[in-house]
Amino acid sequence: MSEATFDHTGSRAAPDARQAEHDRLPASGRSASAMRARERARNPRFKAKALIPILYILFLLLPIYWLVNMSFKTNQEILSGFSLIPAEPTLRNYQVIFGDPSWYMGYVNSIIYVVLNMVISVSVALPAAYAFSRYRFLGDKHLFFWLLTNRMAPPAVFALPFFQLYSAFGLIDTHIAVALAHCLFNVPLAVWILEGFMSGVPKEIDETAYIDGYSFPKFFFKIFMPLIASGIGVAAFFCFMFSWVELLIARTLTVTEAKPIAAIMTRTVSASGLDWGVLAAAGALTIVPGAIVIWFVRNYIAKGFALGRV
Amino acid sequence: MARISLDHLRHAYTPGLAEAGIYALREVDHVFEDGGAYALLGPSGCGKTTLLNIMSGLLTPSEGHVRFDETDVTMLSPEARNIAQVFQFPVIYDTMTVAENLAFPLKNRRVPKDEIQRRVADMLGRLGMTQKGKRKARGLTADEKQKISLGRGLIRSDVAAILFDEPLTVIDPHMKWQLRSELKALHKEFAMTMVYVTHDQTEALTFADKVVVMYEGEVVQIGTPEELFERPQHTFVGYFIGSPGMNVLPCALESGEAVVSGQRLRLPAHFGPAGGQMAQGRRIELGIRPEFVSLVPRGEGLPVTIERVEDVGSEKIVRARLGDLPVSAIVKEDASLPAEADIAFAPHALNLYSDSRLVDTTPGAARATASGRTA
Amino acid sequence: MDKTFNNRAWFLVLPVLVIVAFSAVIPLMTVVNYSVQDTFGNNQFFWAGTDWFTDILTSARFHDALIRNLIFSGIILAIEIPLGILVALAMPKKGVWVSVCLVLMALPLLIPWNVVGTIWQVFARTDIGLLGATVAGLGIDYNYVQDPLDAWITVVVMDVWHWTSLVALLCYAGLVSIPDAYYQAAKIDGASRLAVFRYIQLPKMGRVLLIAVLLRFMDSFMIYTEPFVVTGGGPGNSTTFLSIDLVKMAVGQFDLGPAAAMSLIYFLIILLLSWVFYTVMTNVGADKAPRTGGEA
Repeated sequence: MSEATFDHTGSRAAPDARQAEHDRLPASGRSASAMRARERARNPRFKAKALIPILYILFLLLPIYWLVNMSFKTNQEILSGFSLIPAEPTLRNYQVIFGDPSWYMGYVNSIIYVVLNMVISVSVALPAAYAFSRYRFLGDKHLFFWLLTNRMAPPAVFALPFFQLYSAFGLIDTHIAVALAHCLFNVPLAVWILEGFMSGVPKEIDETAYIDGYSFPKFFFKIFMPLIASGIGVAAFFCFMFSWVELLIARTLTVTEAKPIAAIMTRTVSASGLDWGVLAAAGALTIVPGAIVIWFVRNYIAKGFALGRV
Repeated sequence: MARISLDHLRHAYTPGLAEAGIYALREVDHVFEDGGAYALLGPSGCGKTTLLNIMSGLLTPSEGHVRFDETDVTMLSPEARNIAQVFQFPVIYDTMTVAENLAFPLKNRRVPKDEIQRRVADMLGRLGMTQKGKRKARGLTADEKQKISLGRGLIRSDVAAILFDEPLTVIDPHMKWQLRSELKALHKEFAMTMVYVTHDQTEALTFADKVVVMYEGEVVQIGTPEELFERPQHTFVGYFIGSPGMNVLPCALESGEAVVSGQRLRLPAHFGPAGGQMAQGRRIELGIRPEFVSLVPRGEGLPVTIERVEDVGSEKIVRARLGDLPVSAIVKEDASLPAEADIAFAPHALNLYSDSRLVDTTPGAARATASGRTA
Repeated sequence: MDKTFNNRAWFLVLPVLVIVAFSAVIPLMTVVNYSVQDTFGNNQFFWAGTDWFTDILTSARFHDALIRNLIFSGIILAIEIPLGILVALAMPKKGVWVSVCLVLMALPLLIPWNVVGTIWQVFARTDIGLLGATVAGLGIDYNYVQDPLDAWITVVVMDVWHWTSLVALLCYAGLVSIPDAYYQAAKIDGASRLAVFRYIQLPKMGRVLLIAVLLRFMDSFMIYTEPFVVTGGGPGNSTTFLSIDLVKMAVGQFDLGPAAAMSLIYFLIILLLSWVFYTVMTNVGADKAPRTGGEA
C-alpha cells in the first residue's frame, strides 16, 4: 500500500496534556543548546586529526605560492631582498608574456595540440571502449593489455623514434604531430577510463534500445552517450591534463611554430640572463587551466588516475 | 540484559534542523521490558532507525534520556552500553575467518583465550556453522554473513539488548523464513531484550510480542498484533497494518448519527457520549476494517457502487465507492455479489477518530475475534 | 557482466588500433632496427647483432642508472604510500571541506612537469627560494647544485610534493566506499582505532592501494622532466635516472645503437611491470562485481 495516499494532516495534534505543555516551550532554543552541549560532551577535545590535511595542503601550496609571489615581483626584488609578499607588486612580468607573441603563442600552441589530442583520443576511444565493455572477441584481452603497455611506455624511449617518424612525414613542428604523438598514452588512457564507466551501465539498456528498434549509431549517440556523459568528461579532462603536463615529446617534435609554452619557458633560463620574474609568471599561467577545470572533476580524480578502475 | 527506558526523547540531526522544527524523532517516551521481543514498525523515514541508533549509542539524542535499568546511558558510547546490533547489510571482517569474526568482540574486551575458544565453539554450534569455523568470512552467502553478525552480538553473553535494523533486507526470500525462525529460537534460548526494526508488517507481527508502530517521528501505537488489528489507535496504524488497510471515512456527527458522504449511519449506542464531546473544528473519521464490512441487498445499508473485485484466493476484496469515498470489503470467495448492493458495517468494529487519533469509546465494547488476518 | 562473443567488435576497435599502431608500433620498429645495427655516420649501417644489448647489460653506466632508479622508486614509495594513507584517513568525510581538500590536493598533479621542476628549482635555491633560504638560515649547509645528497633530498621531496596526492586520492576513494555500518559495528564490537584500521580500512583499501603502489612505481621508474629541470642529472651523475641517461645517450651523444638497445631493455622491464599491473587491475574488476552485488 502506498503511503502517499494516506491522509495524515491531523497527526500533529497532541491530545496529551504533558506533550502540549512541552510544545509550548520554543523547541528551537531547547534543542539547539542541548545538542551543542551534548556534542561538546561527546567530542570534548579539539580534533588533532584535522591538522594533518591542513599541514599537508600547506606543504602543497607553499611552493606554488612562492612561484606566484615571485611572478608579481621585479627581478631586482627577487634577487636582492627576501620577502613573503611583493613589496612593489608589478604586473610587468605578465605584460611581457601577453605583449610578446613568441611568449603567448606558446600558450596558444599548447592549447591547440592539447585540444586536438583530446578530440582525437576521446572520439576513437569511445567505440573501442564500448567494444571492450560489451563484447568478447578474438584477442580482446591481449589488445587491452597492449594498450596499457603504451600508457606505461616511457616517453624517453619514444622521443627519438618519434622525431624520425614525423620528420619522414614532414610533420615536424606542426600541432598535429604533437597531438598524434600524445595519442600514444592518451588513447589507452581514454579507452580504460571509458571502459570503466561503460561497464557501470547495465547491458539491459542496450538490449532494450535494440528491441525498441534503435540502430546502433542512433542508440549510441541518443541513449548511450548521455548515460556516460560524466565518463566522457572525465576521459577528456585526463587527456587534456596528461597532454598538458607532458614536455619531453612535445619539445622534441617542435621547433618554433608549434612550440609549447612549457618549452618556451626554458628559454628564460638559458638566453636572456635569467629573467626570474617572467619565468615565474609563465609558470604560474600554466597552472591556471588545470586549476579551472579541476573543480568539475573533483569527485572523479581518483578514478581517472587509476584508469577508471576505482 | 536490561530494561530499556526511553525518557522523552527528541532528536534532530543538526541544530539548524531543530530550529526549523524538523525532528527525525518528535517525542518518544517508552519502556522496553527486559527479555521482550519488540518490533519497531513504520514506513521508511518514520524515525525508527534513528530511534534504534539512539538506543545503541551511535547517535546522541538532542533531548531526553536513555536508561538501561536504572543507569542513564544517554551519553555513553555503544561499547560502554554493552549492546549488540545487527545491521541491514551484513557486516563481517573480510580478512578474518568465521571463528575469528566471532572472537573479535571478546578479544577487544580482553576475555581470556581459553574462554574465547570455548564460547566461539559453542556459538558456532548454535549457529550451525561448526564446519565453517576455519573458513574466510569473505566467501560466505548473505544469510551466513548475517548469522555471523548476529553471533558477534550473542557471543557476549552479558549484552543488555540486541537490536536489529531490518536484518533480512538482503536475504533471499526462501532464506528469510528460516533465518527469522532461527532468530525467534535464539531469542527464546537467550531471553534477551530484542528490538527489531522493519517496515514489513508480516516480519514485525511474526517476530514480536509487542509491536511499536512509528509514524512521522512519533510512536503512534504500542500493542500486541491483535490490538493493532482490532483497535488501531491512529488511522495510520489501521491503514498500515492489514491488507487492504482499514477504511477511513471522513464524517460529521449529528445527534448520534454519522453523516458519511451525505448518507446517514446510525452509530452504536456506546458512541453517544463520545460524539457529544467532539469539539468543533476537529476532523472526524470513521474507521472500519474491510473484514467487518459486509455486502447486503439494496436498501438494507449504505448504497455503494462496486468498482471491481479482486480474487485473492480464499476470499475476495471488493473495491466500492460510497459517494466519492473508496471503501474496501472482504467477502468469502463463494459469496454471491449482487450487481446493486449496499454495505453494512459490523457495529462492534467501528472506530471513531478525531484528528487521526482514536476516540476512546467504551473500552472493551468490541472484542470480536480478529479472523486471523493479523498473522 | 557476461559479454557476448562477437568478432565484429573488431571494427569498433579499429580506429584505436590504427592510431596507436602509428604512434607506437612504427617507432618501436625503428628502435628495434637501430638496436641491432651500427653506424659510422652518412646513413651507413652495419649489422651488429646483439652486441649493443650485451654492451648495455654489462655496462656500469646502465647498472648505476638502474640502481639509482630503483633506490629512488623505493624511497618515494616508502614515503608517499604511508603519507598518502595518513592524509586520506585524516581527510574530512563529508561537507564542503571534502571538495576543497580534493581540489587543493589535486593541484600539483595538474602542473606541467617541467614547471614542477622549475617551481622546486626556485623554491630550493638558497638565494631566492623560500625553502633553501629557510634551511640555510637554520645554519644547515644545503646546496642541491653541488652536494649529491642535497640533490637527492630535493628530488625526493619534490616527487613527494608532486605525487603523494595521487596516493591520498586513491586511498580516499577506497575509504569513502566503506559503508557506515562497518564503523558502527566496530564501535559496538569495541574495536580500537588501530583494529578499525587493520581489519576494516586496510582490507577495503587493499586493491586501491595496490593500484597506487604500481602506478607510483611505474611512473617513478620513468621519471624524466622534473629531476632534469632541477638537477640536470647532476651533480656528476648522482641523479641520472634511466630516462635521463637514455635521452643523454640518444639525443646528447647520438649513440643510436646503444640507446635503442637500452630503450628495448627498459621497455621490457616496463612491460613486465605492466603485466603485473594488468593482472591486478582486471582482478579488481572481477572481484568488484560480486562484491557490490552482495552489499549494494
